[in-house]
Amino acid sequence: MTAAVQSREATVAAPGKNQPPQRGGGVRTTLWIWLFLIPTVVLYGVYTVYPIFASYWFSFVEWNGFEESKTWVGLRNYREVLADPLFWNSFRITALFTVAAVPLKVVASLLVALLLNSPRLPLRNLFRTAFFLPVVTTTAIVGVVMQFVFDPADGPINRLLVKLGVVDQGINFLGDSSTALWTVVGVYSWKWFGVTLIYWLAALQTIPDEVYEAAQIDGAGRLAMLRSITMPLLKPFTIIITLLTLEATLKVFDLMLTMTNGGPFFSTEVVEIYIYRWAFAATVPQLGLASAAAVLFGLFVCVLGLFQLLGIRAARKAGGSR
Amino acid sequence: MTATGVTAVRRSGRRAGDNRWTPGWVLRRLPYWLVALFLAGAAFLWIYPFLWMLSASLKDQLEVFASGLGLLPDTPIWDNYQRAWTEAGFGKYLLNTVIVTVVTVVIVVVRCAMAGYVLARYNFRGRKIILTVLIATLFVPTGYTIIPVVEISQRLGLLNSLSGMILALSGGAHVASVLLYLGYFRQVPRELEEAAIVDGAGFLSLFFRVMLPLSVPITATVTLMTFLATWNAFFLPLVFSFSRPDLRTLSVGMLAFVGENSVDWSGMAAAAVISLLPVVLLFILLQRYFVEGIAGAVKQ
Repeated sequence: MTAAVQSREATVAAPGKNQPPQRGGGVRTTLWIWLFLIPTVVLYGVYTVYPIFASYWFSFVEWNGFEESKTWVGLRNYREVLADPLFWNSFRITALFTVAAVPLKVVASLLVALLLNSPRLPLRNLFRTAFFLPVVTTTAIVGVVMQFVFDPADGPINRLLVKLGVVDQGINFLGDSSTALWTVVGVYSWKWFGVTLIYWLAALQTIPDEVYEAAQIDGAGRLAMLRSITMPLLKPFTIIITLLTLEATLKVFDLMLTMTNGGPFFSTEVVEIYIYRWAFAATVPQLGLASAAAVLFGLFVCVLGLFQLLGIRAARKAGGSR
Repeated sequence: MTATGVTAVRRSGRRAGDNRWTPGWVLRRLPYWLVALFLAGAAFLWIYPFLWMLSASLKDQLEVFASGLGLLPDTPIWDNYQRAWTEAGFGKYLLNTVIVTVVTVVIVVVRCAMAGYVLARYNFRGRKIILTVLIATLFVPTGYTIIPVVEISQRLGLLNSLSGMILALSGGAHVASVLLYLGYFRQVPRELEEAAIVDGAGFLSLFFRVMLPLSVPITATVTLMTFLATWNAFFLPLVFSFSRPDLRTLSVGMLAFVGENSVDWSGMAAAAVISLLPVVLLFILLQRYFVEGIAGAVKQ
């Protein structure tokens, strides 16, 4: 098949649209072009494009993963998923997690970024390093370590709380369904805080110093400058940064699995854990069911992604033609 | 507040010839120092979990509980590392992780550079389709493709092997890297290419002798980001080593270790230090590139 494409290519490609810079064709060049593309086309085809289509196909079959046989069951998997209260529970938990974590991260990191952005602040690079450090560490390892840090009896956090007299007895942060989710929200925000911080610092860097100098000459105080220069100029970035943070927040699998494994009593079971449970952790895996849930959630993420594109476009317009 | 002012002024006496430490200057600078003090406290709390982990890895198992919040161990105990390294198998896990990460980074850099180069500088049939597919799938997360990835790996006989893990890690995603190379190679002036061709460079030597060496800054960014993503990967290594404990990477090994030894806190801490040290060191050495790589998402 490729041979046919290539020979046609050789005759057609030579005279040019000059969209990408291009040199004359020739069969040899075309051959090289495709040789260069083969690794990407093959790997990408097998591990990204095929899975996208295959998960649709799997969502219509019953299949336990051990046997080859897949039985076509039509929409039954979807009906079962949609009728499963635990699926809706996982959806609700994901939404709750996002709604709590995104504003926390965006607002808190903006405050720190405003402090760090001042050129006169001593040691600012050291602080930035410290706040960014958790970002580079392995999420799964951090999740495991946090199990110990939040241990009800001997974890350092509870020790400190007891010592300060805030509580008499250690709080079972991760073992109590009323606190587990919020504990993970806290750890998650801590872990990825640095990324949002860097986003804000990059945004603040785009405001030229002259604007501040001019305002200072006009006698503006620091708060006035913050309110009428910094904040308005940051507005277009707010949308982009919120959306970038939102998209990242939908991927909490590593942390959730290692900190709580979805428990206690499904109180932290986000959609990714729900899928994982049916696909890999169940004694009889239900890959069809898991795929249906994955497809539904994939569609949801797609819609969000669409909003993201629209939002960024709107932000670009608001920020002038950048 | 005035007290600090006075001592500061007094200290300025020794610095002959500069009038920085005047009361007015100190008063103006004081807010910054107060903010810095506040941030120093916050930053300490921020990295406290890592400090706690480091200190627990050097205490014996009883001392971890007995000394509570104290960070300094009585006498450092290196046994914990020995236990994590050999008994818990973290030496093996580290080796697996290094192999997987290094090979994945090489594959990703080479394939993304090649694809980006061809897509940037040649017009050929199929170019548009490839670009469209790449951009359309830019945001597909691993969680939703994992089932088919496992299924096809099983059919190809790659499921319980490091090479399967490597191929899956270097196959999915990385669209951003292709686009980075594409954007870079597009800017390279035509004259450079033409001069190389006049000198007799063929397709291959043009790429490997001229283009790839030019793209060092992009290669650095892609290497760093891929390194980080692969070293920290969890979902794929987890499902690829379900039935082969000897293939676990550090992140998967950690989960298995606490599943089996939930009381060995100091061993856990030592294992965590072994796993995190390489990335933390790399980050401290190459901090600027990390920050620039991330800031790029906003600046575009």
